[in-house]
Amino acid sequence: MIKPRYHFEDFTSGRSLPLAVRTVSAEEIVAFASEFDPQPMHLSKEAGKASILGGLSASGWHTASLFMRMMFDGWLSETASEGSPGIEFMEWKKPVLAGDTLSGTSTVSESRLLRSRPGIGLVKFLHEVRNQNGVAVMRGENPIMIRLRTPQEAQA
Amino acid sequence: MRLIDLSPPGNRVVTGTVLFTAEDIIRFARQFDPQPFHIDAEAAKDYVFGGLCASGWHTCAGWMKTYVAYWNAKVESLEREGLVAPKLGPSAGFKKLQWLKPVYAGDEITYSVEVVASRSLASRSGMHLNLTVNEGVNQKGELVMRYEGTVLEFD
Repeated sequence: MIKPRYHFEDFTSGRSLPLAVRTVSAEEIVAFASEFDPQPMHLSKEAGKASILGGLSASGWHTASLFMRMMFDGWLSETASEGSPGIEFMEWKKPVLAGDTLSGTSTVSESRLLRSRPGIGLVKFLHEVRNQNGVAVMRGENPIMIRLRTPQEAQA
Repeated sequence: MRLIDLSPPGNRVVTGTVLFTAEDIIRFARQFDPQPFHIDAEAAKDYVFGGLCASGWHTCAGWMKTYVAYWNAKVESLEREGLVAPKLGPSAGFKKLQWLKPVYAGDEITYSVEVVASRSLASRSGMHLNLTVNEGVNQKGELVMRYEGTVLEFD
């Protein structure tokens, strides 16, 4: 296992971490939708324009998956993560359109030690993804299991 | 025809089954979620999940894949009967998504949907918001995924 930079102790309430920046191409929108969500507004520009979304737009699950990668590249790859039990909520607030450049932040809202799994804590994050106009396109909240740097001391 | 009339609360509809091969799990995770336990069976042994398992987003995308196939077939069959299918739009998000068990390589997940409520939007006439409970169960009958989804509907 590679030695992570961030552990449970580093995620203090209020701390904000940037997500990696990512531009979304028409090709990747269509590729994801073809495999997982083949609805017209995710497959063609014309159908997208004719829909309530106003253009070729990413599947919400594609947006969620892109957010995951932006989080990984932004800070999670350097974190002693043990995965997540779920997502409390996710809002797809605005369409993610082909050519959009996404950025965002994960902000720690709370953290606690897990009684059931010694050496691991649960950190809750509020995530926001914005487009190039600064408009929030996705918001979500979820807990992530993260290993402690010094389990014995922290639990003593 | 409204969605809630077609599929009233209490009526859980199986949408389809997806086999999660190691190859598919790794391909998805390399693109979107390259944490060690999603891309490397050996490395996965050192983590809580204990083995190569699908990204939770992959599990969710599998639900969507089966739902779109199910819905397209449903619309076709309604039209063959001369009925007007509900006009569904996009989703505004979801709540309470739980990844209850890891989805390991070789698992077959059977997905389902239940419409639990529907309300008309006061802010936009002719639009309705449907609430659904969406689930995935593995080949052992264990619930692996559950969330509360939303889907817009137009008159």
